[in-house]
This record gives sequence, C-alpha cells and structure tokens, in this order.
Amino acid sequence: MSVVAGFVVAGLAVALSGSDPWQSFYALFQGAFINPRALPETLVATTPYIFLGLGVGLGFRAGLFNIGAEGQFYIGALFGVFIGYSLHELPTIVHVLLALLAGILGGFLWAAVPGILKARFGAHEVITTIMLNYVAFALVNFLINNGPMVDKSSSAPRTPYIDPAAQLPILASGTRLHAGLLLALLAIPIVWFLLDRTTIGFRIRTVGFSPTAARAAGISVAWTLLATMGLSGGLAGIAGADEVLGVSHYMPPSFSTGYGFDAIAVALLARSNPWAILPAAFLFGALSSGSRFMQFQTQVSADVISVVQATVIMFIAAPVLFQWIFRLRRAPAPAIKIASEEGVL
Amino acid sequence: MNEATPLTLAALGGVVSERSGVVNIALEGMMLMSAFTGYVVAFQTHNLWLGVLAGVLTGVLIATLHAALSISLMVDQIVSGFVINILALGITGVFFKGFLQEASVAGPGVLPTWEIPLLSKIPVIGPILFIHQPITFAMLLAIVLIQFLLFYTVWGLRTRAVGEHPLAADTVGINVYLVRYVAVILSGGLAGLGGAYFSLQQIGQFLPNMTGGRGFIALAAMIFGKWKPLGAFYACLLFAGAEALSGRIQITGVHIPFQFLGMLPYLLTIIVVAGAMGRAVAPAADGKPYRKA
Repeated sequence: MSVVAGFVVAGLAVALSGSDPWQSFYALFQGAFINPRALPETLVATTPYIFLGLGVGLGFRAGLFNIGAEGQFYIGALFGVFIGYSLHELPTIVHVLLALLAGILGGFLWAAVPGILKARFGAHEVITTIMLNYVAFALVNFLINNGPMVDKSSSAPRTPYIDPAAQLPILASGTRLHAGLLLALLAIPIVWFLLDRTTIGFRIRTVGFSPTAARAAGISVAWTLLATMGLSGGLAGIAGADEVLGVSHYMPPSFSTGYGFDAIAVALLARSNPWAILPAAFLFGALSSGSRFMQFQTQVSADVISVVQATVIMFIAAPVLFQWIFRLRRAPAPAIKIASEEGVL
Repeated sequence: MNEATPLTLAALGGVVSERSGVVNIALEGMMLMSAFTGYVVAFQTHNLWLGVLAGVLTGVLIATLHAALSISLMVDQIVSGFVINILALGITGVFFKGFLQEASVAGPGVLPTWEIPLLSKIPVIGPILFIHQPITFAMLLAIVLIQFLLFYTVWGLRTRAVGEHPLAADTVGINVYLVRYVAVILSGGLAGLGGAYFSLQQIGQFLPNMTGGRGFIALAAMIFGKWKPLGAFYACLLFAGAEALSGRIQITGVHIPFQFLGMLPYLLTIIVVAGAMGRAVAPAADGKPYRKA
C-alpha cells in the first residue's frame, strides 16, 4: 500500500513538471516487464539490490544506519575488477570466486572504518559513511581516470576488461542475465541463518534492541558493531564485484547508478527481514530498469523513482500516517527504530 | 568566507534544531531544494531577491515536513531526514529535466557585491567583514542573532530546556511540541538561505546535486563547534579553509592528483567527528522523540 502511495505522489510530481503521468508509468511498466528482454533486465537490476538490501538490513538489525553502501559497492567493484583483469589462466570457478572474495574484502574494509570510528570514538555512522562515500568516489575516479588502473589502449577512461575466465556465466543467451542472481538468492538464506540461528546473529539483534542490555549481558557492543558494519559492507562489496563480473566486465569512473542509496529503501521496505528483501529488491529492480525506458521514451527523468522511494519509506516509517489516511483499526507493525541509545549525532 | 557561508547557515540550522532535541540530517536536502526553487523563481521573475525569499520559504516548508514527521508522527528522526534528502534529490532531478535544461543557458545572474561605506575602508578587517554579497552578510548577522536568541532570551532558554530534558520542561508548562516545531522550522529557513547561496550568489545556475554533501559537513562543524553558533562558525571557517586550500594547491600545479585534494574536506570531517565526539556533549534529549503522557 505504501508503494501505491509512492506512485500517487510521484505521479503528481510528474504532472506538475509538465508530463503525462499515465503515459510515463505505462512506459515504466513496459520497460520493466513487457518489452523484449525487459524481464531479464529487471532481474539483472534485482541482483545488486538483493545483496545491498541484505547488507543495509543487517546493519539496521544492530541499530546501524549504513548510508555508505554506495561507497562500499564502489570499493568492492574496484577490488573485484582488479582481480578480474590482473590474473590470467585460472579456471573460471577459481577466478570468479577470488574476484568475489576480493569484492567482499574491499567492502568489508571500507565499512570497517566507520565501524571502528563508531565503536572506538562514538562517531555517528550516518556522517562518517556519507563522507566515506565521497572519498570512495574520488579514489575510484583517481585510479580509473588518471591513476594506475587506466586501460592505456582505450580512449575512454576505464579499467582494462576482465579476463574472460572471470566473467560470471550468462544464464539465458541473448540477455545480460548472469549467474550472480543465483548467488544473490543463495545469500538470502545465509544471512537469515546468520541472523536467526547463530550467536553472532543473536548478539547483533540484542545490540540493536538495546545496547545497554547487551552490555549488561556481557556482549561486547563495540565488537558487535564493528562486525556488523563489516558484514554489511562485505555484502555491499560483493554486489559491486558481482556487477563487474556479471554485467559490465570493466569499470568506468562513474559506476553505480545509486544502487547503494536505493538499497536503504529496499531494506526499509522489507523491514530488514532477509526473506522479504527478495520481493522488495525485485520491485526496485523493476523500477530501475523500467525507469530507464521511461526516461528514453517520455523525457521524464528517472529521478522520479527516488520520489517513489521517499514516499514509500515515509509511509513505512510513519505507521500513524497510515492509520490516519486509511482508518485502519489495528496499527501496522511498529516503525523501524534506528537511533540507538548512544552515539547520537 | 564565501565557502563558509552556506556551511555556517546550515550549521546554525543544525544548532537550533538539535538544541531543541531534533536531529536534522535533512539540512542537505533543504539546501538542495532551496537552491533549486530559488533559481526557478529568480529565473521566472527576473528578480534575485524573490529567488532568495523563495529559497528561504522552501527551507521552511521542508522543515515543516521534517517536524511533522519526526515530532508529531514519531518517525525516527534520522529516517525522516534521510527521506527528505532523497526526496529533494528526486524532485529537483525530475523538475530540472522537466523545464530547466534549455533555460539554464542564460541564467538570472548572481547577487551583487555590497560594500559598506566607511567600515570597508578599515585596514585588514574592513575587506574581510564589510565587502560581501548579501547572503554572506546575512550569515554574519545570523551568527550573532542566533547566539543572542539561544543564550540570552526566554525563547532560547525554553528551547535548550526542551533539548535537555523535555519531560521537565513539560512539567513547568512549556509546550514541547511547539518549541520543537519552531526550532526545526527556523533551522529550515537558515538552511534555505544557505541553499539559495549556491544557485543565486555563487554561480547563478542550478546543477543537479550541487550541494555535494555540505549539509553533512555542516553537521560535523556543528558537533566540532560544540552545538554553539560561534563555535560552529569557527569550525565552518576551518572546513571552508580546507576547501579553498585544496583549490589553491590545484592552481599552483603541485603534483597531487586533484581527486585527493577533493577528498580533503570529507576526510577532515571524518577526523573531526571522531575526534570531537568524546569531548563535545550533545543536548541530552537530542534525537529522542517526545511523547506526551
């Protein structure tokens, strides 16, 4: 229902900017599902959303607001592409695994920085992760524009192509749908198991519920925050590496299209539940691939999607708003609580 | 001083809002929206002053949304701020493409530079304090004004009381909701003025995402300045100095890739936030919604 509200508000914005909302949304729908190869494209876009949504959601469970998924995605892609083009003559399976692991490592390390700053100094992760996003963009821009990772044989600034052995296999010929989707689907039960069936998951949830209670119970809050941030970044990092290995096969200086920010909406929509990430990610995959077609077809900016997102989050985060508008008898599930008891801005 | 203008205005907004207990990470979105509406209005009416006014009003309007969400509807203040930030990115993106792209070639120009007679002739401090564009003057005025309002008036005392201990404030008859609304809305007006700086004083154009994270740098400056208007201003001067310095080094052609220089303000922000956190104490009820029993 919040999604419907999102479209209504976005429709208003489109109408105000002087375009026809019905026509725009029809184009959006066409681009997401109907056109030839639309569905595979939607699934291609769904893949990073699953990884990133899982990562951001994991952070939420510990009370961490990881806005840095975008930067971690960049660094993951950077590590992945480096392994992808610098090693040769490896069997596909080994090469792909190495590159993906490098991506996880990159995202992990990049996210560990705000993790340490939070755990050690109480620096709020909202500021530090956003600042690190800008640092990541600048770093990637340097390495790929005028730094050591430029492909000298190309006129456009980009890294060399990755070794063919490092490419993720295509699932359906004639499309860009690649095996990364299967990995993302596999990641869902893994994250669920980690959160709901292991000690680490229990610690994460306890710290998210109440750091004071966790500390009283003998859980090291600092280590848990650090580990959660790292894992969250690792998931963002694998999303980046997966995108390089599966879709682009090289890395340009401006790489992501805001996947990391959309992922926050994905995680909120799914209420950080790993299973619910799947439909939420699919919805955003459809919005993403559909909006590209819409922009091409109707001159309405694909930015309209962020209006949909913002409205969706607003309605999810404010259950009272819902009650008020739809006169629900029973209040929906409680709002997401993120501001933990300590380290306020 | 120029670079410090929008930072300081936003940081002052942050100070006012957080002193009342409402975290405002929406400063970034407020500035961006205001930069946009300010530009559009100035463009349509050929009047820069109306543009500035529109910018301020936009800030006020968005701040009202933030206040409604986070104070009345009890939305997590950070989530609410985040929503406003992406909403601002989305709306400015849609409308920019909608009707500004062709128009942006011939902009409405920038605000004039004012020289205060006599005072500007004072050696050294004359040019620093008295030759500026209007929004910079407004910023200097705002520092003094907010400092006075917060610490020497009844309103300021109430605002700070609500930020420290809303229950106690409520008990002595202060309307917590009202005080918080006023603070957040004032904060939006300040951020709106800061936003107008970008499009109307600095370059006379609107560019997508032209605020580039300065709302967050302003928050860091606020923390570094220990939630005090003057302190925030000094911190903003420091950040602005880093930005200006990185620009200066670039021109002299020292062999450092420009991207590293671009990182400087952001890295500085991270260091400051980490370093200041232990010593600076936030208002006690900062970030906590208040539910009247």
